[in-house]
Amino acid sequence: MIKVKNLYKSFGKLEVLKDISTQIDKGDVVAIIGPSGSGKSTFLRCLNLLEVPTSGQIWIEEEEITNPKVNIMKVRPKIGMVFQHFHLFPHMDTLSNITYAPMKVKGINEADANQIAIELLRKVGLEDKAKEFPIRLSGGQKQRVAIARALAMEPEIMLFDEPTSALDPEMVKEVLDVMKSLAHSGMTMAIVTHEMGFAREVADRVFFLEEGRLLEDTPPAEFFSNPKTERAKAFLDKIL
Amino acid sequence: MNLDFSQIVPSIPYIMKGIWVTLQIVSVSLIFGFILGTILSLFKIGKITVLRWLADAYTSIFRGTPLILQLFLIYFATPQVIGYDISAYAAAVLTFGLNSAAYVSEIIRAGIQAVDKGQREAAEALGVPYRPMLVNIILPQAIKNILPALMNEFITLTKESAIISTIGVLDIMRRAQIVQANLYKPFEPLIFAALIYYIMVMALTLLGRLLERRLSRSD
Repeated sequence: MIKVKNLYKSFGKLEVLKDISTQIDKGDVVAIIGPSGSGKSTFLRCLNLLEVPTSGQIWIEEEEITNPKVNIMKVRPKIGMVFQHFHLFPHMDTLSNITYAPMKVKGINEADANQIAIELLRKVGLEDKAKEFPIRLSGGQKQRVAIARALAMEPEIMLFDEPTSALDPEMVKEVLDVMKSLAHSGMTMAIVTHEMGFAREVADRVFFLEEGRLLEDTPPAEFFSNPKTERAKAFLDKIL
Repeated sequence: MNLDFSQIVPSIPYIMKGIWVTLQIVSVSLIFGFILGTILSLFKIGKITVLRWLADAYTSIFRGTPLILQLFLIYFATPQVIGYDISAYAAAVLTFGLNSAAYVSEIIRAGIQAVDKGQREAAEALGVPYRPMLVNIILPQAIKNILPALMNEFITLTKESAIISTIGVLDIMRRAQIVQANLYKPFEPLIFAALIYYIMVMALTLLGRLLERRLSRSD
């Protein structure tokens, strides 16, 4: 569960997030959409404190991560994150990319970590790529490895920051398929995306952000057919 | 022109002994400079403002004044200021080590900061603490940026070490000058010294290329 209360974030004079309050319950899949520069990514990055909010509070499960007394390093393993540009570790093979954090952070022994990694690679359809280095993988394969790497920490929440935006069109589906099966397994997910078809099909809720405000929190069927706000309507008219 | 290289033949072993002196001073300064430079670079990328400021000021001073002046200050002014009669060898190693550290710290800092910041974010998002992140994720990638520049610094150090001849250390340069004075002939001994420096620099260059090739194998 994620709870956000009166979240503000500024970069210098630029106010990027304005008074966002919301709650994402266990098992919820939330698609975060909106025009570029609306603060979608910043909002997502605040949820694991890659960006530190200017003010406001965020709870992950029962812990208020915005409280300076809470050690964020202890909370981050519960929150998996997948980036637009993958950020795989280029000097490690696929298997080591996945096993590194479980071994280093959770102290899992190598044999167990390898087993978890192989299992995850099978899940994302890349069990034959365990010994490949990232440079030898396609974009779609890299992103699936990145998802496996995040899942290896057994997170309770997964954050996706435009996971398919850097991919060639023919590779988008393989990544979305992995995310879809993850959603069906009951994972709590927050996804910044431009894939409207995916949002409509997989999400439970759609967050529409514009100019740093959370303007809509609507079920996808309703959002795409009959958005509450004029701004969302204008946005959808432009892209659909 | 009356060039006669046969005249310096008896002095060749004498000049060649300087290789050992030069190598010794360069290698000790190199290690000293590398260790100090690494520490300074960690200060520079760290979060503690005072240390960052200190490291920046250090670099600024050692890069902003002539090396030969630093050498003279340490060799000639140390006895005056703290009353310790520093040996020419110690002064040479100290000066080159301290000076090299300033450059090495910049090389390492730049190499670390050139690593894509997404790497750091990915590690942070996984909950990897600062130290293992630096050692396991950032440094192995930074080393590819650092090594060529570091090799360059070592080459510069080897060549610049010739100025220690000015405080009387019997390195290659100094020995060549002594032979020159004995023979009343400057060209032959200086050319011979130049040849030795050139071969040493070429050896370092080759070594650098070999290391780079080894490191780039994982690409």
